[in-house]
Formats: sequence, C-alpha cells, structure tokens
Amino acid sequence: MLSWGNFISQMFNGLVSGALLALIASGLTIIYGTLGVLNLAHGAMFMLGGYGGWIAYTYTGSYTVAVAAGTIFVLLVGVAMERGIIRHFYNRPPEDQLLVTFGLGIVFVEGVRLVFGSLIKMTPPPEIFRGITNLGFMVYPTYRIAALVIVVVALGALYLILYRTRIGMIVRAGIEDSTMVGSLGINVFKVFMLVFGIGAAAAGFAGIVNAPIVSIAPDVGDRYLVLTFVVVIIGGVGSFPGAVLGGLIAGQLLSLTSMIDPAYSEIVLFVAMTLVLMFRPRGLLGTAGRE
Amino acid sequence: MSLLEVSGLNSFYGDSHVLFDVDLHVGRNEVVALLGRNGAGKSTTLKSLMGVVRPRSGHVRLDGAEIAGQPAHEIARLGMQLVHEERRIFGSLNVEENIILAGLTAPNRWPLERIYTMFPRLKERRESRGTDLSGGEQQMLAVARALVRDPKIVLLDEPFEGLAPVIVQDLMRTCRELAQAGQTIVLVEQNIAAALSLSDRVYIINNGHIAHEATPAELREAPEILQRYLGV
Repeated sequence: MLSWGNFISQMFNGLVSGALLALIASGLTIIYGTLGVLNLAHGAMFMLGGYGGWIAYTYTGSYTVAVAAGTIFVLLVGVAMERGIIRHFYNRPPEDQLLVTFGLGIVFVEGVRLVFGSLIKMTPPPEIFRGITNLGFMVYPTYRIAALVIVVVALGALYLILYRTRIGMIVRAGIEDSTMVGSLGINVFKVFMLVFGIGAAAAGFAGIVNAPIVSIAPDVGDRYLVLTFVVVIIGGVGSFPGAVLGGLIAGQLLSLTSMIDPAYSEIVLFVAMTLVLMFRPRGLLGTAGRE
Repeated sequence: MSLLEVSGLNSFYGDSHVLFDVDLHVGRNEVVALLGRNGAGKSTTLKSLMGVVRPRSGHVRLDGAEIAGQPAHEIARLGMQLVHEERRIFGSLNVEENIILAGLTAPNRWPLERIYTMFPRLKERRESRGTDLSGGEQQMLAVARALVRDPKIVLLDEPFEGLAPVIVQDLMRTCRELAQAGQTIVLVEQNIAAALSLSDRVYIINNGHIAHEATPAELREAPEILQRYLGV
C-alpha cells in the first residue's frame, strides 16, 4: 500500500542502508584504487567485523567495545592478509588476484561456519538506542537513526583521514600513480598494507554496526559484496566521493523499489549500473583509469 | 671518485633486451647529457638508474653505495631523483601538496619558500590542482618535486618536450642556475642545441649501447657524429 508516510519511511531506510553501503564501498574502492587489487574477500571482512564484535559483546556486554573490537580485529586481519598473501600477487595477472581473494573469502566464511555454526547470531543495540523514536512526521527504530549517525561520522572520519592528513595525501597520490609515489622516496608497500587494513576495517566497522539491524550469519557478507561492487562502479572506481554518492543512490533505489515490488529492487540497481556504464563508463565521479 | 658509476648495465622489457652493458659515469657537480634517437634506450637508462625499471644485471653506484636492484623508494632516499618525461603530477593533489608529498621522506628538504623563489609561478598556483596546470607549469612542478628532496643527482627526462619556446627558455635558465649552484644533473633531451648548451659532457646511446662519449665542443666540431647517431 503506497502512502506518503510509507514513502518517507522507505527513504529513511534507503538512507541508512545507503550510508552503510557507502562505507563498505569506500573500503573496497580505496583498496582497488591504490593497490589495483579487486578484493573479493571484502564481503568476508564485513562478516568478520560482525563476528568479531559479537564475540566481544558476548564477553563484555558493551556495544562500544563490540564496535571497537570488531573494527580493530578486521584491521589486523586486513594487514595480515596483505602482508602474508596479497603482496605476492601484485605482479601477477588480475585473474590470479581475483582467484586468491575469492578463495580467501570462502576460507573466512567456511572457517567461521566451522567454529560458530550456520545459525544467526544476535548483537542487540545498546540500551539507549532500543525501541522507537517519534520524529514528528513518523516513528522510526531508534537504533537505525543511531546507526545512520554512527556511519556518517565514520564516513566523515574517513574523509578527514583521506583529505586532511599526510597519510591521506599519500593514499590519494597512490591511487593515481603508486610508482611515482615510490620514486619520491615513500615505501609504497607500507602504504599498501595500511590502505588494505583501513579498507578492510571500514567493511568490518560496517559489519558490526549493521549487526543489531540484520543479525549475522557466516554468509552475511555475500550479498553486500555484490552490492558494493555495483556501488563502486556507479560512483567511479577509486573515488571516495564516488563511493559515497553511489552508496546513497543504491540505498534509495533498493529501498524505493522494494516499496513497489521487492523482487525488482536489485534488478533496478543493475539497470542503473548498466546505464552508468553505457553513458559514463568511468562512473559518476570517477577520473582517469589507473595504469 | 664519480658520484654515479654505472657498469655493465643490462635492462629488459619482458623478453626484449633494451640496454646492453651500459657503462657511464657522472662526476659531482657535473651536467651530463644522454643523446640518442627515439627508442635508443635513453629513458630506459634513466628508469633503470632510478629503479623504476629493474636492471637484470650490472652495477650502479651512487656516492659509493650499490643501488642496482633496489626499490625506487630506497634509491630516492639515497639521493637520486627522476623527473619523468610524462611529468606524472598527482592531479587530485594541489601544487603545494605535490611538493610537500615529495619532501616527506627527504633527509634534507628545501623549505617551500626556496622552491617558490625558484618558481614564482608555482607560488601563484599553489592552491591549484595538478590537473588544472598548463604543460609548462606541470613541468616546473615536476622539477620542483625533485628539487625539494635536495637530491645528490637529478635525472631529467626530456624536460623541454612539448613546451612553448618561452617556457623552454625559462626552464633552461633554471637548469643553468642549478648547474652553477653545483647540482649534478643527467639530462635526456631531443633538443640537441639545448642539451649541448647545458651539459659538460655527452654520451650518445644507440640501440641500447653507449656509442660515443665527447664534450659538447668536440661534438660541435664533429657534426658527422651527430649526423650518424642522431640524424641531425
């Protein structure tokens, strides 16, 4: 049943899921932009963030500790993955990189399934964010509003890191031309490790913040991986603002189409991606292709 | 002892052998030009020195330290800088960020003001993004990015290519000032007159081999050598 209230509520849903997609896509896009490696294990990073946070919550009962633990855990997994495996694939063909990250994704998902089983795990929102809030024009689950604010703050933090710090300056330069960054005396391999860690942590952070909305299971990241790719392509590969714009567009398309017929929501998203590829192959905010 | 000593340097692109046992040396405070036809191996020589192309065999000693086979960032830290032919400015960073980034890991970096005194145009455009610069401004920025690291040796790959004559004159004046101040330079240039006027010594490279070594005065008196190897 279409109604004005329903429409506003769905737009809000779209905003929340769009912001979340923007954060996950930001991680994927800075990794691909800087390292040239398409990380098919990115969905698994999202899932690991959820599980890392859930374990911390189980032991401490604290949402804050859960978010911090989930994020740091995935940051460390990302760093270890880059140092141990991905680094050996920089000079190999893209199909090798795709296969190894795809394989790692399977290992992570099945490893978690082996240890924790396939049943869903619940991480409840903190006490103050439970229940619903009356916004005047509609009532809305409080945690979703909180999640939106948390994710927007995280995106803002990522923006500040990328655009207001020296590390961010190196990363932005590395996205354009990592060889030149090396010629200027900067060890690009350290930069790659850091970028991979930060990119993975962005997905992990999203995974634990999302856990009270959609309970986690080992394959929770699979759907997000596909959606995130679409977001990155719509926004422009390697572009942080593109990932944010793409995420917001994707969130609204998914949510508003679901209002009419959920079966078509992802189809509409792929149609949007196809249109972008046809008329602006670099993506909405993408720049020149990497070397 | 020379600042840079290269011996038996061999480089490949895939299976294609590009440099054959290249030997050359560059003294401290010297300006050396490397001339040759298109595809002779000039740029590959510079890239092999800088570690952007990894030489397959041979020795490169910079100030006594062996650098052949080292990654580019280590070679940069030991005091070498390459100004690429394509300039490779970071378009998403502004002029000042490009310069700051270049100086981040330099042991003795130039203050920004020194760069801006040498290139006043860059000071005017300090907030402009790299993509918004003209070709001449990009080339100034590429040179500035190398100089800010206070390198022992600068490799310039076709710095005057595609620039308006008035900009070329400006850049040549800058190069001359640098040389007079004692900066060691290796210059690859298609503009033979410019190269001869700037350099103390010249190597001619042909099909990946060092074919001839002379001073600019000797080459001016022996135009048949320039004719034979460079077609001018």
